[in-house]
Amino acid sequence: MLDHSDDPAIERELDGNALAGSLESLFGRDMTAVPGRCAHCGTVHMVGAMRLFMGGPGAVLRCPACDEVVLRIVETADRTYVDARGADYLVFRRSDREIA
Amino acid sequence: MANPIAWQLATVVAIRDETPSVRSFTLGLPGWPGHRSGQHVDVRLTAEDGYSVERSYSIASEPEREGEVDITVEQIPGGEVSPFLHEVVVVGDRFEVRGPIGGYFVWQAALGGPLLLVAGGSGVVPLMAMIRHRHRAGLEVPTRLLFSSRHADEIIFRDELDELASAEDGFEVIHTLTRSRPSGWSGYDRRIDQRMLGEVLEPLGVGARVYICGPTALVEVAANALVRLGVPPDRVRTERFGPTGT
Repeated sequence: MLDHSDDPAIERELDGNALAGSLESLFGRDMTAVPGRCAHCGTVHMVGAMRLFMGGPGAVLRCPACDEVVLRIVETADRTYVDARGADYLVFRRSDREIA
Repeated sequence: MANPIAWQLATVVAIRDETPSVRSFTLGLPGWPGHRSGQHVDVRLTAEDGYSVERSYSIASEPEREGEVDITVEQIPGGEVSPFLHEVVVVGDRFEVRGPIGGYFVWQAALGGPLLLVAGGSGVVPLMAMIRHRHRAGLEVPTRLLFSSRHADEIIFRDELDELASAEDGFEVIHTLTRSRPSGWSGYDRRIDQRMLGEVLEPLGVGARVYICGPTALVEVAANALVRLGVPPDRVRTERFGPTGT
């Protein structure tokens, strides 16, 4: 997504909160307060709490409980690929306030 | 209503040094739709050749201020964006901003408390937006900030935090210094651990809402310890970033 490659701050670990703007521009809504169930261990975590890795060709969000990959997002010149095979599901509240 | 994710042009209207390596920038944003405490802005800098970089920064200011937000930025040596903000940007400069962004690491009055805020270094920034919001809205939600810094001169917002705590309206700040302490230091003198969290949590009880922001190691130690102390996991919200070793 973004070019974070040579900022040492970004080589340190981040979480889904740092991807909020890119995810919102992609999905048209805030995604950080969206819960998702990890397909590997079955625990549910909000996207903002997932561990974010930016070192490869895209963004990788990993489960904070088991460290397996939940979501991969890769942008090419004209499209975005979302690999969601690591998520059983994401839960979207049909309102614009995610504060419960 | 303005699309909150659209890029808009911000004008730097004030710059303030917080510590030797941390500086606050007040950004004038005439079309700002308002934010919730804990949200971010994305900053986009574009060079003349079209090369652009984006970074996400927590908003430090309270939502009650209209038409402007503060971001508080730690300079990361060797970084691309933070040295530019620190060394090049002057009042009157403009750059692109979008936001407010994020809905997970957010607190507002309606959520209530009591509140336990745990910060490491510049992780205090989104928590400061919550503390300022609490103060400006006249709330008396019992709130304690446990704030880990390396050295006394690196404590961000120190004077303002002391002043807010002196009002004795239910806000308290508890410092720990992990690397060096001035003589006569009465706060904690070690990294955040379960015993410290238990002592700080005790007056609030395990029903507290918890927001933890800082380096990953601090976030994980604090979140796991608080759950072991009896705080329900769904009341603990975390944001990880920043240098290790705070």
